[in-house]
Amino acid sequence: MATLFQGLPSSTAFSSSNKFNHVPAPTSFSERKSSIVTVRSDARWSPVLNYATHKPQRLITNAVATKADSSLASTSSKPGHELLLFEALREGLEEEMERDPCVCVMGEDVGHYGGSYKVTKGLATKFGDLRVLDTPIAENSFTGMGIGAAMTGLRPIIEGMNMGFLLLAFNQISNNCGMLHYTSGGQFKIPVVIRGPGGVGRQLGAEHSQRLESYFQSIPGIQMVACSTPYNAKGLMKAAIRSENPVILFEHVLLYNLKDRIPDEEYVLSLEEAEMVRPGEHVTILTYSRMRYHVMQAAKTLVNKGYDPEVIDIRSLKPFDLHTIGKSVKKTHRVLIVEECMRTGGIGASLTAAITENFNDDLDAPIVCLSSQDVPTPYAGTLEEWTVVQPAQIVTAVEQLCQ
Amino acid sequence: MIFDYIEIFILTFCEQLITKEEGLVLYEDMILGRFFEDMCAQMYYRGKMFGFVHLYNGQEAVSTGFIKFLKKEDYVVSTYRDHVHALSKGVPAREVMSELFGKATGCCRGQGGSMHMFSKQHNLLGGFAFIGEGIPVATGAAFSSKYRREVLKEPGADEVTLAFFGDGTCNNGQFYECLNMAALWKLPIVFVVENNLWAIGMSHLRATSDPQIWKKGPAFGMPGIHVDGMDVLKVREVAKEAIERARRGEGPTLVECETYRFRGHSLADPDELRDPESVSSLAAEKAHYAGRDPITALKKYLFDNKLASEQELKAIDKKIEELLDEAVEFADESPLPPRSQLLENVFADPKGFGIGPDGKYRCEDPKFTQGTAHV
Repeated sequence: MATLFQGLPSSTAFSSSNKFNHVPAPTSFSERKSSIVTVRSDARWSPVLNYATHKPQRLITNAVATKADSSLASTSSKPGHELLLFEALREGLEEEMERDPCVCVMGEDVGHYGGSYKVTKGLATKFGDLRVLDTPIAENSFTGMGIGAAMTGLRPIIEGMNMGFLLLAFNQISNNCGMLHYTSGGQFKIPVVIRGPGGVGRQLGAEHSQRLESYFQSIPGIQMVACSTPYNAKGLMKAAIRSENPVILFEHVLLYNLKDRIPDEEYVLSLEEAEMVRPGEHVTILTYSRMRYHVMQAAKTLVNKGYDPEVIDIRSLKPFDLHTIGKSVKKTHRVLIVEECMRTGGIGASLTAAITENFNDDLDAPIVCLSSQDVPTPYAGTLEEWTVVQPAQIVTAVEQLCQ
Repeated sequence: MIFDYIEIFILTFCEQLITKEEGLVLYEDMILGRFFEDMCAQMYYRGKMFGFVHLYNGQEAVSTGFIKFLKKEDYVVSTYRDHVHALSKGVPAREVMSELFGKATGCCRGQGGSMHMFSKQHNLLGGFAFIGEGIPVATGAAFSSKYRREVLKEPGADEVTLAFFGDGTCNNGQFYECLNMAALWKLPIVFVVENNLWAIGMSHLRATSDPQIWKKGPAFGMPGIHVDGMDVLKVREVAKEAIERARRGEGPTLVECETYRFRGHSLADPDELRDPESVSSLAAEKAHYAGRDPITALKKYLFDNKLASEQELKAIDKKIEELLDEAVEFADESPLPPRSQLLENVFADPKGFGIGPDGKYRCEDPKFTQGTAHV
């Protein structure tokens, strides 16, 4: 399922020799100006003409490689190794803990239990109970403890068993994590990583289905990233740990069992860059985390209907990568944002404002933002389904946008 | 061990508890604290500093008694009433005064202010505006110390952390959560409660079901001690034992210092509840504690035990007065922070401001730290 179209290798991805080893890969996305190429599922290139009216006049088939038997799918003969997303997170964490003895983990059930989503499984046995610390149920205090430890030389990773629990730590995250570097005049740095699963799951109920990225986004002094594939999960975890800034890494409850192939070589991704998932011509779809998969599913339908969406996983929720986004907007002139936050005050709302402020002249139509309903996530399966954005809604939105 | 799970009142011994040198150090530190706070009040009313300024007058024995026992590598975490903790820990008076005036030469470049005093050089971890916020940070510093000793195996990693906070904080969740964690992991920390009986206008007795805070220590498995916080020598005895206990790795201690603030909660507080004209019992309270001024008490002790003469103490007074005059002059003449300082310390790694539409990191623009609306 995770064998999604990876798009063209960005500068921080693994070397082009791995992925497209039988076609000459372009050296950088920005160097191709007016001629756009589409990479087909059989990894052959074909040029696509620019359309003056932006209406699809040529049906583009097979532009999304999600078939299990396609050559881009995982096979044992390909380089790298296969694993699930939570294992990728663990791999990244383990590598960083081996590399730097000051890196430690603290949270509820991270040690002996191995983490409620198994991200820290086996680490306590390997590194000891002090490096993988099982804390009592006191989010505000152990988050503050992590911050104090970071100020005095350690590099803790604080796990919220569910992101929603970090609401209890809001005092420490907002007042101390975000502010202490500034109020101390730059004397103390706070290299913490705060991570945990959030988002709407499968009937977990309102309080376990929260999207805290919208609540944290105003806090100055922190960075927020959201991972969505095993590849970027490991890369972002490593980048977050190495960063001198406090970083909040948002994982999603439903994505932990995604399987994909990642490189054997070490790699670290950039915390501030967005990821091009699928280049396209007609509309820019900005998304992150779980909604990426709803978008890609909608993309299949859209492609069959003759549309060519460009899908970008923004990855960096704070700050936004306005360069990647801007280039895309200048190309397609239409933007659709698909997010899981609530309609009011979410990441999409901020992104809409940022794009309008910076690229208003490049837009042919108002930005459309699809968000979850402003409702505490209901328990009932049907209601929960209608709370979040579904692929059918994305298809409709693109059709309306491209009229 | 003398501090077991019982309350102890320390008796004043007849024999000498301190040497002359120690006595003069204690006296100078307390005078520095007192004179500095008085100078703060003057400067505030002259419009040199603004906002919330919380003065420590009357509580000097706690700060001096504890902090003068620490090594430079030990950590101190305070609250918004942190000027004197900063001074006792060694932050120069001119830097603290500068910070209060909001100048670029302040210990936090003018960005923190009265309630956010930090010093990496002197291991002062703040200065926190919300009560209870600093206690987890202190717990973290103590955890760091334990980690360095047991995981990184650094020899001599035995730094102790002191967390100072008030009686009002002892009703806050963070206090209890940290007492639990510190006792659980035997962290090298001392929780010092400066019980001055008042949280702004809320009397400790009206806010707390069991006002004896020291009792909460044994409930979590650590010793709880009550000490007369107006007597620097008694505080020092307790501090010595608690700090050495932590350094040996035996775990935390909760010390309740009964003390009093002579001024209001902050310079903005009219302190009407304790006005001698209004409620007579509170006037008596204020007069009672004024009679127990820790500086007067130490002076008397030094004279009675022939440890210092009137002249020597007056010389110290004069020295501190000159130091403070110089500090005020320094702060007055220091430059205000320029606009370019606005966004300089938001991120330790300024790449955190992200990539702008032109593809470059925003921090690469040299004028970026002046701040624009387009961040």
